[in-house]
Amino acid sequence: MTVLTEIPEKWFPVVLPIKKKKKAGFGGGKSKKKRTEEERRVKANDREHNEKFQYASNCIVTSKYNILTFLPVNLFEQFQEVANTYFLFLLILQLIPQISSLSWFTTIVPLALVLSITAVKDATDDYFRHKSDNQVNNRQSQVLIRGSLQNEKWMNVKVGDVIKLENNQFVAADLLLLSSTEPHGLCYIETAELDGETNMKVRQSVSVTAELGDPNNLASFDGEVVCEPPNNKLDRFCGTLYWREKKYPLTNQNMLLRGCVLRNTEACFGLVIFAGPDTKLMQNSGRTKFKRTSIDRLMNTLVLWIFGFLVCMGVILAVGNAVWEREVGSLFQSYLPWDPPVDNFLFSAFLSFWSYIIILNTVVPISLYVSVEVIRLGHSYFINWDRQMFCSRCNTAAESRTTTLNEELGQVEYIFSDKTGTLTQNIMTFNKCSINGQTYGEVTDPVGKQPKRLDFTPFNPLANPDFCFYDEKLLESVKVGDLHTHEFFRLLSLCHTVMSEEKSEGELVYKAQSPDEGALVTAARNFGFVFRSRTPGTITTTEMGRTVTYSLLAILDFNNIRKRMSVIVRNPEGRICLYCKGADTVLLERLHPCNQELMSITSDHLNEYGADGLRTLALAYRELSEDEWEAWSESHRCADKATDCREDRLAAAYDKIEQDMKLLGATAIEDKLQEGVPETIALLSLANIKVWVLTGDKQETAVNIGYSCKMLTDDMTEVFIIGGHTVQSVRQELRSARERMMELSRGKTEGMEAWAEACFMGNGMKDGQEGDCTTGRGSKQLHCSSLPPSASGDMDSISGEFALIISGHSLAHALEADMEAEFVSTACACKAVICCRVTPLQKAQVVELIKKHKKAVTLAIGDGANDVSMIKSAHIGVGISGQEGIQAVLASDYSFAQFRFLQRLLLVHGRWSYLRMCRFLCYFFYKNFAFTMVHFWFGFFCGFSAQDVPDHRSLEYPKLYEPGQLNLLFNKKEFFICITQGIYTSVVLFFVPYAVLSNATQSNGVPLADYQTFAVTTATALVIVVSVQIALDTGFWTVFNHMFVWGSVGCYFTIMFALHSQTLFRIFPNQFRFIGSAQNTLLQPVVWLTIALATAICVVPVLAFRFLKLDLKPQLSDTVRHTQLVRQKRRKPAGRSIGGAWRGTGSVSEGRLGARGGSRRSGYAFSHQEGFGELITSGKNMRLSSLALANFASKHSSSWIETLRRKKTNHTPPSTSGECSPAPSNVSGTGPALSNSSSVLGGSQETPIEEETDAAVVLSSSSHPAASEPAEPRAPAQVAPADSSTSAAARTDSPGGWTRSLETVQEALFGRRGCASASSTQDSPCVATETPPPY
Amino acid sequence: MGKTKDKSGPLARRPDNSAFKQQRLPAWSPMLTANTVLPFFYLLAVVCMLLGVWLLLLVQSTQEIKLDYTDLGNCNECFDLRRNVSNAAQACSCRVEFSIDKSLKGDVFFYYGLKNFHQNLRRYMDSRDDGQTLGRIKILKNPSTYCAPFDKDKYGVPIAPCGAVANSMFNDSFSLTYHLSSGRSVPVPLLRTGLTWYTDKNVKFRNPRTDNLTLAEVFEGTRPPLYWQTPVYSLDPRDPNNNGFINEDLIVWMREAAFPNFKKLYGILNRADPNFEKGLPKGNYSIDISYNFPVQHFQGRKGVVLTTLTWFGGQNHFLPIAYLVTSSLILLAAVVLTVAWWKFGKDGKNMKE
Repeated sequence: MTVLTEIPEKWFPVVLPIKKKKKAGFGGGKSKKKRTEEERRVKANDREHNEKFQYASNCIVTSKYNILTFLPVNLFEQFQEVANTYFLFLLILQLIPQISSLSWFTTIVPLALVLSITAVKDATDDYFRHKSDNQVNNRQSQVLIRGSLQNEKWMNVKVGDVIKLENNQFVAADLLLLSSTEPHGLCYIETAELDGETNMKVRQSVSVTAELGDPNNLASFDGEVVCEPPNNKLDRFCGTLYWREKKYPLTNQNMLLRGCVLRNTEACFGLVIFAGPDTKLMQNSGRTKFKRTSIDRLMNTLVLWIFGFLVCMGVILAVGNAVWEREVGSLFQSYLPWDPPVDNFLFSAFLSFWSYIIILNTVVPISLYVSVEVIRLGHSYFINWDRQMFCSRCNTAAESRTTTLNEELGQVEYIFSDKTGTLTQNIMTFNKCSINGQTYGEVTDPVGKQPKRLDFTPFNPLANPDFCFYDEKLLESVKVGDLHTHEFFRLLSLCHTVMSEEKSEGELVYKAQSPDEGALVTAARNFGFVFRSRTPGTITTTEMGRTVTYSLLAILDFNNIRKRMSVIVRNPEGRICLYCKGADTVLLERLHPCNQELMSITSDHLNEYGADGLRTLALAYRELSEDEWEAWSESHRCADKATDCREDRLAAAYDKIEQDMKLLGATAIEDKLQEGVPETIALLSLANIKVWVLTGDKQETAVNIGYSCKMLTDDMTEVFIIGGHTVQSVRQELRSARERMMELSRGKTEGMEAWAEACFMGNGMKDGQEGDCTTGRGSKQLHCSSLPPSASGDMDSISGEFALIISGHSLAHALEADMEAEFVSTACACKAVICCRVTPLQKAQVVELIKKHKKAVTLAIGDGANDVSMIKSAHIGVGISGQEGIQAVLASDYSFAQFRFLQRLLLVHGRWSYLRMCRFLCYFFYKNFAFTMVHFWFGFFCGFSAQDVPDHRSLEYPKLYEPGQLNLLFNKKEFFICITQGIYTSVVLFFVPYAVLSNATQSNGVPLADYQTFAVTTATALVIVVSVQIALDTGFWTVFNHMFVWGSVGCYFTIMFALHSQTLFRIFPNQFRFIGSAQNTLLQPVVWLTIALATAICVVPVLAFRFLKLDLKPQLSDTVRHTQLVRQKRRKPAGRSIGGAWRGTGSVSEGRLGARGGSRRSGYAFSHQEGFGELITSGKNMRLSSLALANFASKHSSSWIETLRRKKTNHTPPSTSGECSPAPSNVSGTGPALSNSSSVLGGSQETPIEEETDAAVVLSSSSHPAASEPAEPRAPAQVAPADSSTSAAARTDSPGGWTRSLETVQEALFGRRGCASASSTQDSPCVATETPPPY
Repeated sequence: MGKTKDKSGPLARRPDNSAFKQQRLPAWSPMLTANTVLPFFYLLAVVCMLLGVWLLLLVQSTQEIKLDYTDLGNCNECFDLRRNVSNAAQACSCRVEFSIDKSLKGDVFFYYGLKNFHQNLRRYMDSRDDGQTLGRIKILKNPSTYCAPFDKDKYGVPIAPCGAVANSMFNDSFSLTYHLSSGRSVPVPLLRTGLTWYTDKNVKFRNPRTDNLTLAEVFEGTRPPLYWQTPVYSLDPRDPNNNGFINEDLIVWMREAAFPNFKKLYGILNRADPNFEKGLPKGNYSIDISYNFPVQHFQGRKGVVLTTLTWFGGQNHFLPIAYLVTSSLILLAAVVLTVAWWKFGKDGKNMKE
């Protein structure tokens, strides 16, 4: 250890000049973008110094107003709304006496009402934002101030503070890890909030600070960090620590980002680098945008149109007025002289234009907006009140956090879902296993009888009480002492990289790198093979109560190519045994061929598990003789020490020993989905909603989940995987995928020949024209390969089920401007799309892309902070509530506890909201165009009246959802129909009374043709017609409908009589001059005859059309209602007992989830990373205290590092290695080994966007590190030196040769995969895209 | 939203299970099926038909006599005289003769009618002060600006009643004479009250409180509208109770017509007179007209109407005919619908899911 500290001096002087130069080079470019901050300088424990820079504090503000700014800001915002401005304009007009035709309070009262209601709503929203801000800002954290730890609120944490974090705490700001309680300054974090990945990640402090340890030392720490300005790249950090005259490069590997949770680490200290809004988490959350629904936009357009219409009417009437005033009015002047300012008919016309604008403004009544808001509010309450969206487990009801988007829920076409925490519970359970051809374990069936959960405690005091297993046979088998079973669990207890911690006797805590592995080891523990502890050279277990210590000879570590891991152990008896677990595909071919029968049985079991969506692993073992071991160990050592192609050689060595194994069985792990996820997805897809999964997780995990939640199925025509690293390869892959789709769907319709023929013809002509046969082939190729894209317009017509899986780095290319369209057309032709390894920003980009290109309503659902940007950019954001993080919920528009509630939210509430809103709007415009005195109640009751199909039926018939997506119920056409109907009604309502009354008299001879009688008659007729209309529109007559329909008619009469009463007239004679009109008019039979006639004329055509439409071309909702009625009738005699029947048929796929064989998705620890093996054998991550053989460990460890150093100095190429410090202390081994190598080797296949871009950067010029800024040339340059230590470390694994090996691997993979996919198409050769189909 | 009191435990926040909140209110869900719609249409057609026929019969039983006297006979001279505004003060009367072929039985109503007079202009209708005609003393002398320019004369004296409506009051007067076959002439008595809505006469229009003053004294300090020849307190020289704002001619005029062609009630045949007990017998009649109201400016016409009534008002052919037409259209629609249903949609053929 002591050796290491010297090394930095040696290396850093070389490193840093280069770094500085490069930094300056691109610093200039950067400064254009961010003038404010070019680099950040933070000095630890020196607040005065840091204050100079005025960095943002750790206080986050998501609220919009405070008490003082509320009124002006809010009013300003509100008047940005067209409608509000319009009414303000009207109000101003009405204040001009010459043109005010209505008194000014008719506008100001509703306007004030609208403004204040909205203001109150905004204020409440903001209040809650304040509250949640406060809650976050007031979280406590321990800050080191003047040498002592003090509790401070989060918001008071300053840049440059050193803060202490404890286990399971959220990280308060972006920290530079200084030291931790774990050895070597390691600490574990979970970044689920950030990127959705749930496996543990390791962070390590720079070695010099790691030694600081306790607060006293840290208080005197005065290092200065110079680093990049705040940005949103989660996976990159570069900076330098200057301390005691030395410089240390800092990478993302040293950072703890806000939003992470500290796990498995007692405590750690960190230096705040970015705080509050500067943190990467906050930088990643997009701006809050005000969301509008499409109906809103349509409504605004329509209002504008209506306004245009109004202006037209105004103009027509003004012209009429001009003509009239000239022809008649001028003659009439003796009785009615023009007003003083009016001296000619033109001016009068001008004034009358404005007067008409005011009078006719009821066509665009302000009550429209109020009513819409009220209806939405009502719907929001219904969502909040829905018991079926209540999660009793976490005691969380659904909540609609915005009230403005409800009807858009009925129009969703695309759902973008996060995976972890949303689709899955992020719990792995050991679900089934197959041991020696015998399968154990049952799927827990929520419907059927609950099988008995096994109780392990009497049998095994060390058992984990949380573990569930339901098959007694297995326990019996263990108890009986079945050898295979014992060996099976022994394997599970030995072959892993889990670390254990035993706080007190029997209280074991496993630190598993991936939850899969944890589940397996826990299973072994419960079945009596308890993994107790390990040292670099031993594993101690308790087997059936007996403590056994195995000596660990070798760990043959996992990586993504090997897809397996093995351990070689020597048991106390001296027997050497190799235990291997891995993907069945790789494992089964390494078995000894002696027991084919067992293999085929196990294989069947694996198929079965795979079909159930479980992650499977096959287990095998092999006994080794001492000689074999010796021989292999020698060759292994050779390979290990090899200088070039180390990885390859190691792999070859591993491969050599992992042969002729005996199959033990298989395990099946369930990545527990949230309840009801597959059913929900199936239902949603029946409703023609496309679900895309966007996850930060690895491709395999994502695909696996895709299968288990039935997004991907085995009967899919084809699943395309886009994993290219370069623009060209991605384009190529997309193109070939599309061609393949075309081909397959053409193949079905036999359009294939036609296409080929056309292709041939085209070429023939071309050849003929050119008269050059030699170019024929070339041109043919050109021609035909260009044909499919040109036919991409037909992408919609593609039949067949396809799926697309694209990884983050390919997505980065696919999202570039010139490929967008291609990507969208390919992806949208697929039934399922899974994007893995995507960054939060990419999630948002994908959503934006669909919004832009498909003009469809999108919904994003997620639970973590990494989903926030997506949630914000989608039309509708849904947050999963009831879990730890609340960022997603805070950013969301709706929140509930479980994914499955989505179906109810969309198919029931969304549909109803949409339907009601549409009916309401139609009705409203109808009513207004029927020239009405507006009554608020119409709007209001109609909001509750348009329920058409009972909720369970909407779930039963997801197709009912489609009208919303197609926007069928309220669009411009419907609007015009409404308007036409409205105008028709108004014509009838005007001319019928006109014709009747102009001649009629009361029975006492008083003429009825006076203005007031006419007004009362028309208004009454209008109310009655409109009420009849609403009655016709009402599908479900509940108490409320009756109440409101009858109530509104009643109200009308009451109010009319009140307004026409003597009392009011006596008080305001000039305002209420209609006194007595009501009673005088309504007592006349002729008036009622008129009203009846008008009603009949208005309603009969509507009724006839509706009937015809229903009878001849019923919509699905009508038929559903019809059958519902029929069923109800039938059910009545039978009693309510059948009531449950439909419920059964209601949920689409209950019971067994398509128990079909075929797909096996071996899930070896998909969230697993390579490198832990080495970490363990090196003893690096073990506590000194827990090292029984400290001596051995230190020896081993130092020797290991010695090897590293030796390799480094000897073999790294000067240009790069020179600058690198093996930085023994800060070292290498862990950081890079943990993740780099896997990604490096994963290469093309494994989609490495990792949190450490260094690997990708060093990788090759062809691969770009992160997606967020794909075309940034400086990235590699900057990162390379900054991350020198880690990249150097990466090289330690395979100095010199690794690049080449990587290339070969990559090449091999690409080539092989290309061929594989191509050959699976059968009729096209390897390079399918370049050659025409051979016809 | 489940702010339920005193609940705790895992279900504390569970929303209430009320039918309303869960949107499960019992509902009646009517559907437009053939069973309901078609019968309804036929029924409606029949009802309209019956109403139409009945109304038509009623209307046939009424009688109406219309007479445009604008420039009829010797009214022509008056018509010419009134062409010039400066002659407004000159009295002019004329006589119009007509005969009734079939006696008008029952109550007979005497209307005057105007054509092309726009009482429905917005500014015209607004140009009145209901506070003044309600008899508010304060407003009497200080009429609303809505009345402008007829609120005060050029000397600033307030006008009562103010406004364009009152100013333009119809001021022809009529007396009807029955010429018996014997050559004797009998004046036909007309009731000049009871022409208005009860509310108008008793609520809407009141004279200012007199307090032992005569009406003329109350109106002191105001002047009649510019075009009036008599002040408002002496509109009806024969009946002192029919003067001031409660003068029925004024009230009738102030109830603005909705359309430019209108008629207003002038008087009702007083059947107390033994000659006219059963209405107006057939024979020759003449109307003596005090021809004051000029109609040339606005190219209008004026006339009188004599009519009898049934329970639902005067002669009105539109309503029964409209009912009949509607009825036949509904019937047609019903037949079409029946055919359509029979051919295409019977037995819910299209209702299969």
